[in-house]
Amino acid sequence: MTARVITITSGKGGVGKTTATANIAVGLALLGKKVIAIDADIGLRNLDVILGLENRIVYDLVDVVEGRCKLRQAMIKHKAFPELYLIPAAQTRDKTAVSPSDMLTITKKLRDDFDFILIDSPAGIERGFRNAIAAADDVLVVTNPEVSSVRDADRIIGLLEAEEKGPGRLIVNRIKMDMVRRGEMLSMDDVVDILAIKLIGVVPEDETVLTSSNRGEPAAGNEKSKAGQAFRNIARRLAGEEVPFMSLDHAEGVLQRLARLFSSSMPSTG
Amino acid sequence: MMAEKNALEIKGVRDGLLVHLDADESWKEQVKRLVTLIDEQREFFRGARLALDVGERAIRRHELGLLQTMLSRRGVTLWAVLSESMTTISTTRKLGLQTALEAPRAVKPEVSETLLRVDEDDDVTPPIDPEEVGTTGVLVKRTLRSGRTVRSGGHVVVLGDVNPGAEIIAGGDVIVWGRLRGLVHAGAHGDESAVVCALDMTPMQLRIAGYIATSPDDKRRKPRPEVAMVRDNRIVVEAWN
Repeated sequence: MTARVITITSGKGGVGKTTATANIAVGLALLGKKVIAIDADIGLRNLDVILGLENRIVYDLVDVVEGRCKLRQAMIKHKAFPELYLIPAAQTRDKTAVSPSDMLTITKKLRDDFDFILIDSPAGIERGFRNAIAAADDVLVVTNPEVSSVRDADRIIGLLEAEEKGPGRLIVNRIKMDMVRRGEMLSMDDVVDILAIKLIGVVPEDETVLTSSNRGEPAAGNEKSKAGQAFRNIARRLAGEEVPFMSLDHAEGVLQRLARLFSSSMPSTG
Repeated sequence: MMAEKNALEIKGVRDGLLVHLDADESWKEQVKRLVTLIDEQREFFRGARLALDVGERAIRRHELGLLQTMLSRRGVTLWAVLSESMTTISTTRKLGLQTALEAPRAVKPEVSETLLRVDEDDDVTPPIDPEEVGTTGVLVKRTLRSGRTVRSGGHVVVLGDVNPGAEIIAGGDVIVWGRLRGLVHAGAHGDESAVVCALDMTPMQLRIAGYIATSPDDKRRKPRPEVAMVRDNRIVVEAWN
């Protein structure tokens, strides 16, 4: 077993990196994959909260780097998804407590025991971002259909290209179909047109994401959640399955939707 | 040309002025001397193209970059640095400057006269030079994403898009074979004849020499190749054909 290291990043804060990491991790675990999520947002840890593991933290990433515990001791096993582990970030330190080479060492030790290593990147383009992408085999760039987060995603893609981490693949998060239809929100085409990278998922705005994050039960574990389904689809695509983009618009079928996504300039989503 | 005791040696060459810098004196001293001279003889140097001969001196990138900036502020273009030092030659190339005087030059009127004369006949006809002469520039063969900057004393050609948040600053013209949505400054050293061409011209901001323009908010427009230039003291954009 050799794990793929996948970093989830965005440039801008608040677009849903941590939510995406938690949900994709759960999605992969539901497929029976062994997954470990690493929170690289040192000083502003959140991933543990969304995964509902906050009260079980004893050791964190910085403890591992500074030799206060063994790697195993910092890994928290999820009770509901036994295939899912978390290495939390330290809350009391900052990004300089970890270096890119520390991340390479840690992921190297984990590769044999897992199918996927997900790294939740902090916002920004500084040290924390560099740490998060140091070991990445694959990068997922999260953006919202909104001008400033697309601008930041573009900057991040440029930096990834400069670091030879590839252009990455795109997740458009929190799209609101009725607003797109009214022309009040960027459409999928607008976003993909500027960023010109491959799309791996489109996640609709969905209240269940917030409520389930607050409960520490990611929406991907909720059969009824639309966003949860979109995240599960992303997990399946990462696992190598061909999954058609789901219809977010009830008025038309999947095929028309796909045809539109790839051809015309009308606002659409998949 | 302008001999003074202990002064810099300046010669007129085909492409402008050639300045010899003494390898024994400190670089700082020499730069100071050159800049002082330019400031004193402002009229003479305005719009001049300068080549430097620095002999064996090793010049580092920040040193040459600084000089280039100081010169361009005075309306003088540094286009070549001649040297025997590998360090200097590599620095020169990195900054996109020439390392020899025989570099491609702008088309000059006498070239076309030569070509005309060929038709007339006979033995004294000078041979036709099959090389098309051009000017120097840089080619960027990728999309420029937000946060990227391209600077060149010459022209800039981009094969790809220029995204919002990216910048191009060129002494000469800028050609974008793609969508131009970032910021472009052509003729940045004051050349008002500079043009900007793009397959889809919707720049965040467009500057030519000292003029600034922004794109109109027109979402319904169809992309088409356009060229921007300065006419009657403002930037105008028209179809590129």
